[in-house]
Amino acid sequence: MGFVLLAVIWLITLISTYFFIAKTWWLPAGASAAAASIDHQFAVTFVLMGVIFVAAQMALGYLVWRYRANGSTGRASYSHGNTKLEIIWTTLTIILFVGLNLIGSPIWAAERFRPAVGNATRVEVTGMQFAWYFRYPGPDGKFGTTRPELVDPSSGGEAALGLDPKDPASKDDIVTGIMEVPVNREVEVILRAHDVIHSFFVPAMRFKQDAVPGLAIHMHFTPTEVGSYEIACAELCGLGHYKMHGILKVVSQSEFDEWIAAHEADKQQQQ
Amino acid sequence: MVAQEFHGHAAPQGFIRKYVFSLDHKVIGMQYYFLALTAVFVGMFLSLLMRIHLIWPSASLPLIGEIKPETYLSLLTMHGTIMVFFVLTTAPQSGFGNYFLPIQIGAPDMAFPVLNMLSFWTTFVAYLVMLSAFFVVGGAPLHGWTGYAPLSALQSSGPGEGLGADLWIISIALFCIASLMGALNFITTTLDMRAKGMTLMRMPLTCWSWFITAILGLLAFGVLLSAGILLLMDRNFGTSFFVPLGTVNGQLTGHKGGSPLLWQHLFWFFGHPEVYIAILPGMGVASQLLSTFSRKPIFGYKAMVYAMLAIGLLGFMVWGHHMFMSGMSPYSAFAFSVMTMAIGVPSAIKTFNWLGTLWGGRIRLSSPMLFAIGFVSLFVSGGISGPFLAQPVLDIQLHDTYFVPAHFHLIMGVAAIFGIFAATYYWFPKMFGRMMNETLARWHFWFSFIGTYAIFMPMHYLGMAGHPRRYSQLTEVSYLKPLMPLQKFITYAAFVTIAGQLIFLWNLFSSMRSGKKATDNPWEATTLEWTTTTPPPHDNFGGHTPVVHNGPYEYGVPGAPRDYVMQNDPATVATH
Repeated sequence: MGFVLLAVIWLITLISTYFFIAKTWWLPAGASAAAASIDHQFAVTFVLMGVIFVAAQMALGYLVWRYRANGSTGRASYSHGNTKLEIIWTTLTIILFVGLNLIGSPIWAAERFRPAVGNATRVEVTGMQFAWYFRYPGPDGKFGTTRPELVDPSSGGEAALGLDPKDPASKDDIVTGIMEVPVNREVEVILRAHDVIHSFFVPAMRFKQDAVPGLAIHMHFTPTEVGSYEIACAELCGLGHYKMHGILKVVSQSEFDEWIAAHEADKQQQQ
Repeated sequence: MVAQEFHGHAAPQGFIRKYVFSLDHKVIGMQYYFLALTAVFVGMFLSLLMRIHLIWPSASLPLIGEIKPETYLSLLTMHGTIMVFFVLTTAPQSGFGNYFLPIQIGAPDMAFPVLNMLSFWTTFVAYLVMLSAFFVVGGAPLHGWTGYAPLSALQSSGPGEGLGADLWIISIALFCIASLMGALNFITTTLDMRAKGMTLMRMPLTCWSWFITAILGLLAFGVLLSAGILLLMDRNFGTSFFVPLGTVNGQLTGHKGGSPLLWQHLFWFFGHPEVYIAILPGMGVASQLLSTFSRKPIFGYKAMVYAMLAIGLLGFMVWGHHMFMSGMSPYSAFAFSVMTMAIGVPSAIKTFNWLGTLWGGRIRLSSPMLFAIGFVSLFVSGGISGPFLAQPVLDIQLHDTYFVPAHFHLIMGVAAIFGIFAATYYWFPKMFGRMMNETLARWHFWFSFIGTYAIFMPMHYLGMAGHPRRYSQLTEVSYLKPLMPLQKFITYAAFVTIAGQLIFLWNLFSSMRSGKKATDNPWEATTLEWTTTTPPPHDNFGGHTPVVHNGPYEYGVPGAPRDYVMQNDPATVATH
């Protein structure tokens, strides 16, 4: 019995660890400036916690087998503990956990403590049941006013956001269903939600942030690889949560300029 | 000690007063236990339906029909709510705590028997109200057990957010009231009803865990109760605590000025202590059993007590780690992260001490011990993902993915369930006067232990790959498609694991009727419940109050006639 328990605990530990180490299922390839440092912090945490996981489970299995009673007589060793050992492992744990936290903090600070740089591409991202809308401010660099009473999702585009056509700043605003940004330039994201909380999650960018009704949350990330990336909603938002996804297209600066100019021309034609 | 003057209530006559509206803490404890037993099978059945829907989304099930996306979310909401409140809070604390706290401290009953009865029946009504949400128009709510506003606050935000959501809130509010009554009772009983010689530092660690859990409950459930009332007002009386100006599907909601984050702060101020409410009694049971079945004193009794107190205290300062991605200030995320890492320290101390208890023992691998060892293994596995999620920078990738359900199911879900199983196998002889079948118990252990890992370990892989949780179908987002084989594996594992639980059910009820007769102290344990008859008489000790001379874990004492010294043995163990 003791041996079976040892074997099962060890096997579970080794099989679980194998799939982590073999990276059979792992973080998707990162495509943003922050990805390398976030992945490094993940790897450091993974190694430290992995060692503790394997050591603790192995020890558990071993002790259960080694000290099984097995029908023989005799008594267990009589000990109420060891204060010196308690102090040692408490200290070591504090150093490990707090240390791990401290080395990860500068990455968090770089992501979240500073505003976006001045020349960032600005995109307003709005979540509503069950779609994402993206708005670019146009040549004036200003987002026009939106009004909740004008919101009309059935008409899509600008009407879905409730864009006020009377505001001069809204004349050149562009609203799209996919998000396109230039590569290697910081993107400032302004996150909003109309109805319930949504969460803007782009795994490849190592980017996630809730979009909260009533708040305009400013965030930033820098894509470093051209490509098409999936956006998934990561906060339960109602029955269509599972299908609330979108596309982030990262293109060259020139391609982006053409794309935005084409939209701008379309818009001017309509007016 | 008040206990000396306590005369208790006379043994009741008649079926109703004896088994239904009973004042006896033992009967009330069993009532709680059986309520939780029905709840755990309901909750497990809901999870089975969810697992089936995930891999066969268009399957039509007998009686139930096809599961729609909103139905899936209702199942998910009710699974989480029923499991957290009516199983993990109810069985370990209200069930076993009620039955064994008075006996282990040498008291004839809880301090307030009428309050105790009232608290059970309030819980019972809360349970019925919760289940009734399935049967109203629109069905059960789809906002998840966390009930984030505005989704939970707007009737128009989805099916199930009508009457179903109101019933859900009312049920939780009732549950909070019942838990507050229970918490007061536990705290008073522990402080005032201990037998002569039962100093705080001679209490079994189970009693410490119930005591600390009660304090957490007293401080946490009041906050949830208030939050629930505010949410009910937002939904029905036009207030705007949690809802800002906005629209649902183009229609103005009629609210303005509220804060969705306020709900999250209030909810998690309760919600984080709640995970310790679920797991602390399991820690107490594991400590008790590891010592008893290793035939060795618990390693570092005082460190264990201080670690539980530290967990209780720090547990109130870490709620923000659920909100790193919520739009809360990134500076406060830093503070919450440090506190969360700090709470890992007492948890690690407990693990070290459990291993230290096994070291040098003479381990008897009876079924309660198997589940206690399983508890330690699951506690380590679930705990080790904590330092990932405690770092806001890693939460950018992991928050709201399957990594989170993997973490909390292992540590507060199944680890706590293993605590309940361990306690059931351990105390069943005292409660029912018969032994459970050991062979069936072992089969149950292997199914549960291996099955649990097969279900929840792969969820870490899903989470790392960016698989969001609470998706009812995996067909829309294309990067989820390669993960389908893992999802299938998890569903198959769930089938097998759940089938294994029927062994437990069979063993429990067949052993009640025809199990081998139990002696008064079948495990050769030291605490006071094993000094009285099996099952204990109405006043627990048959007209006298025990006097305590020893600590709770005197096993392997050199020179003693047996390898254990009972707590009430006048031959005091000198070293303690």
